[in-house]
Amino acid sequence: MSELVVVGISDCKMTRNPNVLVTHALGSCVGICLYDRNIKIGGLAHIMLPDSTQFAHASINRMKFADTAIIDLIQSLQSYGADIRRITAKIAGGAQMFAVQGNSQIGSIGIRNVESVKVILRNQRISILAEDTGLDYGRTVYFDVGTGLMKVKSLNNIICEM
Amino acid sequence: MFNNYEELNDEQLDVLREIGNIGAGNAATALATILNDRVDISLPRVKIIDFEAAVNSLGGSETMTVGVLVNFMGEANGLIMFLLNMEDAKGITDLLTHGHEEDADQLSELKLSAIREIGNILSSSYINSIATLTGLRIEVSVPYVAIDMAGALMSVPLIEFGTLGDKVMFIEEDFVGEAHQLKSSIILFAEIDTLKTIMERLGLEL
Repeated sequence: MSELVVVGISDCKMTRNPNVLVTHALGSCVGICLYDRNIKIGGLAHIMLPDSTQFAHASINRMKFADTAIIDLIQSLQSYGADIRRITAKIAGGAQMFAVQGNSQIGSIGIRNVESVKVILRNQRISILAEDTGLDYGRTVYFDVGTGLMKVKSLNNIICEM
Repeated sequence: MFNNYEELNDEQLDVLREIGNIGAGNAATALATILNDRVDISLPRVKIIDFEAAVNSLGGSETMTVGVLVNFMGEANGLIMFLLNMEDAKGITDLLTHGHEEDADQLSELKLSAIREIGNILSSSYINSIATLTGLRIEVSVPYVAIDMAGALMSVPLIEFGTLGDKVMFIEEDFVGEAHQLKSSIILFAEIDTLKTIMERLGLEL
């Protein structure tokens, strides 16, 4: 029996075949699915912000930021036997929910999240096999760890599988 | 001293609730005026709660929701988001335009601008109450409106103020009309320096 594993906002989970990871209602946030297809183990991180280094707080939630969450997820996958040379990524989210003008970061945070995720993945030599990012609507992401397929759902009934 | 919403003490939370109460009172008066006294408005419920709890009280993260976002700036900085579920959005615009929508999934342009205006009036009422109480000079942006998943809309203020922790100031009000009962929800986020200024102005020790 396949189990649905729910990943919250600023959260990260991993699971094995045949389970499915899901994270609901990504707006400007980005969902990052990492996968080792040989041993069918995968993880999903739901990040809110691009970079933890600008926050001096001692007690930051590492799952909130692209840089810390991706590194932690890679390490967890490795501790369960994943090989970083085999890990691939699929990403979704990073929308601009409100057409805000001016210098507020509301307008650009989605784009900056996606850019940051791509830089971090590139630095880890992880290739992005699929992405559904940007635009102006919310997305729910399902990641099937049995097949490695990412399914993205929105309220316009746009469902794409990649 | 506090650095995020989690660290506010009871006295400071009471101040925030009181600002919420006064703002909601102003908002109710403004709304009753444009709705021609067709509605009664309940006492607002002002809460400081987890993001997930706020999303759940709107029916869950994927619930189709109308959001109106207004930034405020000047001597106080932050944002206000006014949220209605689709059914209530239609209900409140029916009250305003005396009409019914044919299409269950859509809001007409007219109704959308009515919602934008209601969001604008409500947000301005809260800002006015802060400005009046504290004597701070505050300006507001134009209102921005979006219809999408509740979780996706509500993450916007959380991201903008990501350093302030995962709690939000959440205000619920009921509008009771002849045929409808509608629930509106408001998220109010202020920068930490703004919160400190407000507390100081109101005579609280930090």
